[in-house]
Amino acid sequence: MSSDDGSSKKVSRKPRYSRFTQQELPACKPILTPALVIGILMCLGIISIPIGLLALSASKNVVEVVDRYDDVCIPSTDQKVGFIKDPATNKTCIRTFTIPKKMRKPVYVYYQLDNFYQNHRRYVKSRSDRQLWNPKAESSTTVCDPEGQTGDGKPIVPCGLIAWSLFNDTYMLSKNDAALQINKKDIAWRSDRTHKFSSNIYPKNFQNGTLIGGGKLDESIPLSQQEDLMVWMRTSALPTFRKLYGKIETDLEANEKITVTIQNNYNTYSFNGKKKLVISTATWIGGKNDFIGKMYMAVGGTSIVLGVIFSLLYVFKPRPLGDPSYLSWNKSPTLD
Amino acid sequence: MASPRRKGIRFSRLYSFSCVKSAFGDEHSQIGLKGYSRVVYFNDPDSPEQTLLRYPSNYVSTTKYTALNFIPKSLFEQFRRVANIYFLVVACVSYSPLAPYSAYSVLLPLLLVIGATIVKEAIEDWRRMKQIHLDLTNNFQDIEANNRKVKVYDRDHGFQIARWKRLRVGDLVKVHKDEQFPADLLLLSSTYEDGICYVETTNLDGETNLKVKHALDVTCTLHEDDSFKHFKAVIKCEDPNEDLYSFLGTLFYNGEQYPVSLQQLLLRDSKLRNTEHVYGVVVFTGHDTKVMKNTVEPPSKRSKIERKMDKIVYVLFSLLVFVSLIGSFFFGITTENDIDDDGEMTRWYLRPDQTTVFFDPNRAAVAAFLHFLTGLILYGYLIPISLYVSIEIVKVLQVIFINQDMDMYHEETDRPATAKTSNLNEELGLVDTIFTDKTGTLTCNSMEFVKCSIAGVAYGRGLTEVERALAKRRGDALDDSEVTSSASTQSDDGMAPGKSVKGFNFHDDRVMNGQWVNEPHADMIQKFFRVLALCHTAIPEVDEDANEILYEAESPDEAAFVIAARELGFEMYERSQSHISLRELDHESHQKIHRPYELLHVLEFSSSRRRMSVIVRNVENQLLLLSKGSDSVMLERLSQKSQDFVNATMDHVKRYAEAGLRTLVLAYRELSKEEFSSWEKEFLDAKATVGADRDALIEAAADKIERDLILLGATAVEDKLQIGVPECIEKLENAGIKIWVITGDKMETAINIGYACSLLREDMEQIVITLDYPEIIELEKKGDKEAVAKASRESVANQIRQGTLLLSSYEGRSIYPALIIDGKSLSFVLSQNLEGSFLHLAVNCASVICCRSTPKQKALVTRLVKKGTGRTTLAIGDGANDVGMLQEADIGVGISGVEGMQAAMSSDFAIAQFRFLERLLLVHGHWCYRRISMMVCYFFYKNIAFGFTLFWFEAYASFSGQPAYNDWYMSCYNVFFTSLPVIALGVFDQDVSPQLCLKNPELYKEGIRNILFSWPRILGWILNGIICSVVVFFFTTSSAAQQAFRRDGHVVDYEVLGVYMYSCVVWTVNCQMALSINYFTWMQHFVIWGSIAFWYAFLLIYGAFPPLFSTTAYQVFVEACGPSPFFWLGTMLVVVLCLLPYLLYRTVQTEFFPMPHDIIQKWQRETSDGRSGKVREKDTLLCK
Repeated sequence: MSSDDGSSKKVSRKPRYSRFTQQELPACKPILTPALVIGILMCLGIISIPIGLLALSASKNVVEVVDRYDDVCIPSTDQKVGFIKDPATNKTCIRTFTIPKKMRKPVYVYYQLDNFYQNHRRYVKSRSDRQLWNPKAESSTTVCDPEGQTGDGKPIVPCGLIAWSLFNDTYMLSKNDAALQINKKDIAWRSDRTHKFSSNIYPKNFQNGTLIGGGKLDESIPLSQQEDLMVWMRTSALPTFRKLYGKIETDLEANEKITVTIQNNYNTYSFNGKKKLVISTATWIGGKNDFIGKMYMAVGGTSIVLGVIFSLLYVFKPRPLGDPSYLSWNKSPTLD
Repeated sequence: MASPRRKGIRFSRLYSFSCVKSAFGDEHSQIGLKGYSRVVYFNDPDSPEQTLLRYPSNYVSTTKYTALNFIPKSLFEQFRRVANIYFLVVACVSYSPLAPYSAYSVLLPLLLVIGATIVKEAIEDWRRMKQIHLDLTNNFQDIEANNRKVKVYDRDHGFQIARWKRLRVGDLVKVHKDEQFPADLLLLSSTYEDGICYVETTNLDGETNLKVKHALDVTCTLHEDDSFKHFKAVIKCEDPNEDLYSFLGTLFYNGEQYPVSLQQLLLRDSKLRNTEHVYGVVVFTGHDTKVMKNTVEPPSKRSKIERKMDKIVYVLFSLLVFVSLIGSFFFGITTENDIDDDGEMTRWYLRPDQTTVFFDPNRAAVAAFLHFLTGLILYGYLIPISLYVSIEIVKVLQVIFINQDMDMYHEETDRPATAKTSNLNEELGLVDTIFTDKTGTLTCNSMEFVKCSIAGVAYGRGLTEVERALAKRRGDALDDSEVTSSASTQSDDGMAPGKSVKGFNFHDDRVMNGQWVNEPHADMIQKFFRVLALCHTAIPEVDEDANEILYEAESPDEAAFVIAARELGFEMYERSQSHISLRELDHESHQKIHRPYELLHVLEFSSSRRRMSVIVRNVENQLLLLSKGSDSVMLERLSQKSQDFVNATMDHVKRYAEAGLRTLVLAYRELSKEEFSSWEKEFLDAKATVGADRDALIEAAADKIERDLILLGATAVEDKLQIGVPECIEKLENAGIKIWVITGDKMETAINIGYACSLLREDMEQIVITLDYPEIIELEKKGDKEAVAKASRESVANQIRQGTLLLSSYEGRSIYPALIIDGKSLSFVLSQNLEGSFLHLAVNCASVICCRSTPKQKALVTRLVKKGTGRTTLAIGDGANDVGMLQEADIGVGISGVEGMQAAMSSDFAIAQFRFLERLLLVHGHWCYRRISMMVCYFFYKNIAFGFTLFWFEAYASFSGQPAYNDWYMSCYNVFFTSLPVIALGVFDQDVSPQLCLKNPELYKEGIRNILFSWPRILGWILNGIICSVVVFFFTTSSAAQQAFRRDGHVVDYEVLGVYMYSCVVWTVNCQMALSINYFTWMQHFVIWGSIAFWYAFLLIYGAFPPLFSTTAYQVFVEACGPSPFFWLGTMLVVVLCLLPYLLYRTVQTEFFPMPHDIIQKWQRETSDGRSGKVREKDTLLCK
């Protein structure tokens, strides 16, 4: 009774039609039909295997020489740590190896450390990016403790544990007694040189404390040219890592003997870390690593095998999805 | 409006029972005591006494928040969630050196999430405000209730227009016809001489009949605008409370005290009817009014999915603690070893000799503990911070879809479906048992006069729906005429000959169009129709435009009678204080003549009397008593002489009841003058008595005259089934939902309605539990209550036992039992420890019907099933008597129909018609359930896939708490790179089109069995997440081991590896989403591929900021990753490897262990490809 009156002036509450509100938007409704799955698997196989082959061949073309020297470049005493910590001892060590295959220039020289946690939270945070870039922020070293200031309160530039523990082994390569020039230019990322490490800031009070960590820096060279430091300060992600030492701008022929004169300064003996010298070429995929190529091959192979299995099943034992007789509840009693 | 005419009717004389004068009872002694302390100074709201009392203003706000308390209150609501508290603590701690991230990167997502939730709350509250006004104000939705106008008396200026919200307690107001009362008013006087008025309380209790309110005699005289100049009075009354059916107070006026009761109280939100205007004084304002006290927040319900989700969050919290513990254990060990036994530093580059407490080898245990706290923060990504807000946003959007669904809009009543809460959308997909009311829910609650039996002859052709259903079951071929008539009655309009009349569906040429005069018992027929036309309390209203007479009746049944009388030629056109005038057909002269009847007394209908009589004097000066009443009551009042066709009539009555009709028996009696005058004296004496036994005296007096009646016949009124009810019920049953009808009707009617709406079928075995046994009736007659209770209990227990035995004998045979239980037995079941056995019996029956049950029983039965089975219950009803049931059930669905808004107001979902339930459950319920459960699973998956990469990385960073990624990558993970696709999934995904959802109700069983959100499935997703994290971490690190990743010899460092791994994660979780969803609109494409693209865009933009801000992300993409083919190939490989297991699993599963939706999806694909004919053929195949 009551709803009759005043209905004329009422605005209708009827929902207005739109494909959106009625949930009728045009849509694609993909479902996993056998054909689709077989198609996907086959495509995957067809794409993956060539990629795998390419990546694998690229990796095979890379020539890499790895030489572990931490265990040999030290007197076989129990006092490894004492030896390495002693600034007076001669730490020169000579290693030779043969180039297995022709290495085209540029040949990259890396050092590889092991069991070194550059990704430790305390270590990662122990740097002051402000100080590295802004000359006025020289004294913003609070994050760098205990390597922020010298004993008498002067700011250390560059401060922090990362810089303090700078890797300081050096390599001198020679081929047939002729020294091989190692180019240390452009081994750091360009953005580091141009936007993180200022050209107006020079190392100051560095490595002056009682406890010497790693390498020293030439105080006459601005930070933007200290590429070893930059490379080192790009911390690694994992405890085993390589860092670029330099580039050799000449080709190395197969069977050439390379002699390396190593100054074994850096202490990895305290924490049982290995040190390796790596010289390697690089291709479009980077250095030598078969992993990605093999994985692509595996994925492709598996896909094709599965695709074939599914196809066989589909051909010999067709089981149309949409057959209502497969509705499970049709077997159980219903109230019909 | 000038001086209104005072109608000369003193209705108080007519109404013998409802206008009972109030008298001081025992309760009045409580006035002034606790609970009865309210004092109102009439007509004097400015008096110092009144202002001191500080009663609230009439401003009403039904929203959860106000502008002032919004921020603090909504914030408080936010932090009631454990997860949010956790994130707040994390944000606070992130300012300390404990935190592995920068504080801002922790704060930003939290702020975004909290902000989004608050915005959502605000929008929802605003919508709720609009909604409530829509409901309460019915036709005045444009006008804000607070700003409506009313005339308020001002001593100096007379009646002035004022806004509702300005009303104060004690104000004197004048309310006109069809206006709503602005507050709870005390009625002073009306346009009627005796101060009565009619009130429609549909908005309050859902009853459509008009109620009579009666002013005190002392105030009746104040019926002019200017008679209030010096009016002053004080009322002391009860404090505001929510009881709509009681009011107690004392009026102090002119030095006298008068008792005041509910009879004088006009409630807010009820409407003045049939009365020009009334004067009243405001007693309760604003939130003190009874209606506002009644609009309590419905009990807040949470869906099962959400409750389970909380459990999963707790599981994840435990996982978080566990993972952190592992981390801190190893961290402690490595930290301790930083200085070896000789006091030498091992990892000297960390300077363990000069360190902080967090890394101190000498206090490794402390460091480990602090690291544990760090770990709790670091692995916080295992807890999906945006889960709750995403789900809430999704639910609000889902609600919009429900509200906007055109297929659930009812044209006639102009009502779309409305979801009152967004909490329960997915619960709609889990419903196991439906409890439904009958009247107004399954039926239309519009009574139609369909049949009658006069003088032993049955009139009225045409089949009722129940009969049609019966005939259909028997397989009888319906002849054409009946088919057409059934077709035309299906639709409300378009009645075959002439115009259709609402409330009248009677067809019989023998009596229609004046043909009854040729029938053998023409005089009886004439009397029969006169009883219909005279014996009622309806009031005629002349509709000038249509030249029609409409009736305002107390109940739809009564309206049907008056309309039937009108259609059959006995038109009541005028009613005054003492006369009812008919235009009737004289069966001798065949002329329309006007006949006035002097109305002497009305003995109204009441539920205890179950009859009604009027005493009239006709123009021939005959005194007639005309009665109608229920068969049992009337039968015992028939005179011994008139037994001619009693049997025939009772036979008809029985048949009508079987056909699902409501029946009344009509009778009359001629009174002699002496008899009448002696009775009248006694009756008036009884009415005049003051005291508690007054009612009993009046009843006894009435009883004396309502005797020795002469039977005229019986009427049958049909409450028609709503359109589509049987089909809907059948669908729901096929969907595996059990349906219980809980009704107040008689058992026969209930059973027949059960048949009509295909709840009961011929092939069903009925198990009836009743106390309608001779032995028990015998005991009851003796009045030994204890013995009755004992016998009844035993009887019920016995019947349940037998039923259970019967049930077990049906096992394995295709016999479906139906349980029918009556209210009396039910009360024993519910109070006498028989619940368990009853429940066991009931849940194993295909259908259950509870008849003759009270509103309380409805709620109790609902609770019994809810608690007893742990299944999801849904209650649907339309009346105030269903409210308990609606609030008790997991989901309450209100029918916003004829019986007012009470049920719809306290429901969770309101629909206009029962049949919309089908779409609400099978389409929206199924979708929402699917969407939400998928969404939650996916949420956990994506956060675990991400969070565990952090953990694996930790294992390679000596558990030092260094996150693998840049802070800002991480904080954007939940809010930018993965949030929108999952919301799109929750809002838009459709496994199967709505048409197929409806065609294959079996699909719904996925929800009933809850297979999409079962623990195996959830754990499966969690496992998938862990697998993905393992694949991402180990394959990225193995592929980018130590070697150069570019032609220029650069190696992968911390910054590059972060981007590499993170890209893999973003790709993987988004592609996983693309694999999981079933419904790709442009929006899905946009958000999924957009999220991935946004990650790279983010890298570009963020990487372009100065290095001091972007730190490790500076130029990392442009300079390092982007140009490297290795980076892209590696990403692709990892993504494929992450998704391949899932793809294979899904393939095998859909192929060999398909889930219902898989089958129907496949099938949808096949049929949409084919021709429509093929579709139809296939469709029917599946429906079988």
